[in-house]
Amino acid sequence: MAQPAHADAPHHDPTSYVAIWGVLCALLGVSVLGPMVGVRFLTLITAFGIAIVKAYMVCRYFMHLSIEKKWVVYILGFMLALMVVFFGGVAPDVSRHEGLRWQKTYVEPARTDGER
Amino acid sequence: MSGLASHPAVHHDRGFVTYLWSTDHKVIAMQYLFTGMLMALIGGFAVYVFRMQLAFPGQSVPLFGRVSSGQYNSLVTMHGTIMIFWVAMPVLLAAFGNFLIPLMLGCDDMVFPRVNRLSYQVFLLSAVVLVASFAVPGGAFGGAWTAYPPLSANAAYNLTRYGATLWVVAVALEFVAFLLGGINFITTAMNSRAPGMRMFDVPIVVWMIVIASILFMASVGPLIAGAVMLVFDQVLGTGFYDPATGGDPILWQHLFWFFGHPEVYVVLLPAMGIVAEVIAVFSRKKLFGFRTIVYTAVATGVISFFVWAHHQFVAGIDPRMASLFTITTLIISVPIAEMVFCYIATLYGGSITLATPMLWALAFVAEFLLGGVTGIFLGAAGADIYLHDTYFVLAHFHYTFFPIAIIGAFTGITFWFPKMFGRMMDERLGKIHFWVTIIAFNVIFIPLFITGAAGDHRRIFDYSGFPDLATPGLQRLRITATMGLVSLLAVQPVFFYNFIRSMVRGPIASANPWRANTLEWSAPSPPPHGNFAELPVVYRGPYEYSTEDREEDFWPQHLPDDSPTPVASVGDRRSA
Amino acid sequence: MTSRPIATTRSVMGVPTGRLAVWWVLASETVLFGGLLGSYVMMRLRHGAWADQAANTNTWTGAFNTLVLLTSSLSAVLAHQAAERADGPKAARLLRYTILGGGVFLSVKAWEWTHEITEGFTITSSLFWSFYYTAAGLHAAHVVAGMVIMFIVSLTAARNEELHRVENVGIYWHFVDVVWIFLFPLLYIAK
Repeated sequence: MAQPAHADAPHHDPTSYVAIWGVLCALLGVSVLGPMVGVRFLTLITAFGIAIVKAYMVCRYFMHLSIEKKWVVYILGFMLALMVVFFGGVAPDVSRHEGLRWQKTYVEPARTDGER
Repeated sequence: MSGLASHPAVHHDRGFVTYLWSTDHKVIAMQYLFTGMLMALIGGFAVYVFRMQLAFPGQSVPLFGRVSSGQYNSLVTMHGTIMIFWVAMPVLLAAFGNFLIPLMLGCDDMVFPRVNRLSYQVFLLSAVVLVASFAVPGGAFGGAWTAYPPLSANAAYNLTRYGATLWVVAVALEFVAFLLGGINFITTAMNSRAPGMRMFDVPIVVWMIVIASILFMASVGPLIAGAVMLVFDQVLGTGFYDPATGGDPILWQHLFWFFGHPEVYVVLLPAMGIVAEVIAVFSRKKLFGFRTIVYTAVATGVISFFVWAHHQFVAGIDPRMASLFTITTLIISVPIAEMVFCYIATLYGGSITLATPMLWALAFVAEFLLGGVTGIFLGAAGADIYLHDTYFVLAHFHYTFFPIAIIGAFTGITFWFPKMFGRMMDERLGKIHFWVTIIAFNVIFIPLFITGAAGDHRRIFDYSGFPDLATPGLQRLRITATMGLVSLLAVQPVFFYNFIRSMVRGPIASANPWRANTLEWSAPSPPPHGNFAELPVVYRGPYEYSTEDREEDFWPQHLPDDSPTPVASVGDRRSA
Repeated sequence: MTSRPIATTRSVMGVPTGRLAVWWVLASETVLFGGLLGSYVMMRLRHGAWADQAANTNTWTGAFNTLVLLTSSLSAVLAHQAAERADGPKAARLLRYTILGGGVFLSVKAWEWTHEITEGFTITSSLFWSFYYTAAGLHAAHVVAGMVIMFIVSLTAARNEELHRVENVGIYWHFVDVVWIFLFPLLYIAK
């Protein structure tokens, strides 16, 4: 049956969805151009910083998380926090190149782009 | 409205195919229950065989034959895998969750009956895949239920090429089934409560099952990712876990235990919920600290995400990380202990009836306590250096898992049997089954604490190669444990006989033979499609027992405030 | 029993049941992709030499696919808006555009992978490529699932029935988009 989902929530008009889309595409453009500048730090900022912004915009405007019940946001945030815990607990272990009683026998292939 | 059908759900006379495709939550619950019980027989047979091998090495095991080292590995692997994923989870979580949640919340079914149906079908497929792995060339997977690579990834090491892949596929399917089921449970519990049922009017067992479902959902993702990577390693030759390609076997360990530790709470919490319900009913007392128990269960769930590496203390992790995980592991024992204290406080001053369900509930508390305190030794990284991979660990987790999966299941089955099948189980047979099971259980595992502390490694097919361990004293202990196991298995037919006979010819049960408060007892025994003739409205919490100024010592949730607890009408005798 | 149980129609928490369930689905998918991508990041940090392999991913293809998914997200949210205005046929049409976007995404991916495989970058040629195909493949599987569900929803929506499902499937689709928003820099830009 045709029941509006957010009867009491502010309705976005079509132009603002398209406007959001426009901003997202512009951000995409910036993130593609970023590596061309050649500064590694800047590339990472544009790549991942922009990814976070884009994801935030999709969540807020397309998924309507801004007008959803707060606890829904908390549940999703909790899952993300768990992933941070996972990464924080495992990365120090998995990223190790040496240990007290073991040796790394895998030989990394030499890089051809001059970086270490 | 809710459609009180003319025939009850369990005695389905509309044909086999209709039964297979039923979306009624009670039918699905029974399907999970019976599948779980069947898988328990397989898991039980596996342990019988390998314990006989340990007690009498090299000799032919009755009903099996001589056990080869490869078969031994397969048996221990499949025993562990089956008991956790195909017995504990389906019985405690899926069967009781499916059966109880709509009934206890005053609903006519789960919110997504067809997704519910699908979850069982996927689960059944997973069980078929797993059992099929016994029959493939090479036999069932033999790399331990923890499936560490490179052993699990490389068929040249585990010698069970097809079994290994089928194992991963079966486990992955089981995860999908429980994700589907879990979403149903959580959504139903959040959204479909009866009018008047506030959050803390929801019975503790429903809380526990929902928290467990959330825990499962939050922890299984990385392992599903890891399982995909493992299958690719096995089948495609990728090297996610192979140091030779730059991969890392420790990554699997982390992915596995990040799930594996919350998983034990996924099975523990429903069992504790079941035990709490039974303790309240058979003490005729309010559950002590209901809100505290709920908050504690949530806290336990959260902390459980911070303890996983205590399974990896000797895997070469950074000792500083090990210290951190020791601290969190010791901390997590506190909320569980608190819950146990609340149960004991519920018993204190209560009017206790030692019916069979109550015996099981009390045994749960006592045995789980022993399991819990032995975990303290293992949680301390220093002590664990010696105890890791010995039978001490095994005895610890059986003193926790057995109460969870077996005692908890029997508590629930004997308690809710009248509601599920409309008949009463036999008390005498129940008590015989109870006492022999409990005594035998302790006879199995106390010797194993001793052998473990003496140095018995886990997953050893034959100790004759270990001079320090191949002593007559230790062998006597191993034989004692095996005899305990044989006794345990030998008494289980008493339960099955009781179960089947009572289902068919037991005394007819009233709607509320235990005189309990929760909503499922206001439905007929067994409930028909749609559960309630009129969906109930809730006026109070679930544990109003022995309230002052009331004639009766219980006060069902659905009774309006000004009406007395009916004495005889709660037993609306079902006419067969 | 094909009629909806009364349980499904209740919404004590104030969120309609279908949408609540989709949020929980997203919660479980977050940890799934989080685990996989987290593992990838850890391994990537450990292996600087993967930059050589990663240089062979085609940034323009990835960017084009990102554009496709963003646009399909737009049509999905416009479909939701049409459903809110009780215009089922329009919502169904917009859902079909979204499905088309998914189809374009998958076609580009198929072309891209064919190109990479024929160049010798297979799933076993380097652990980088193992992660590349696994992560993008898992994502693609979710795209396919989304397309299928969206198709089923569009059939009932066209008849002006079950319009609340348009929003729910849209939320799922936006999530698939968000995963790609992170996959794109991980696999194509961070070289």
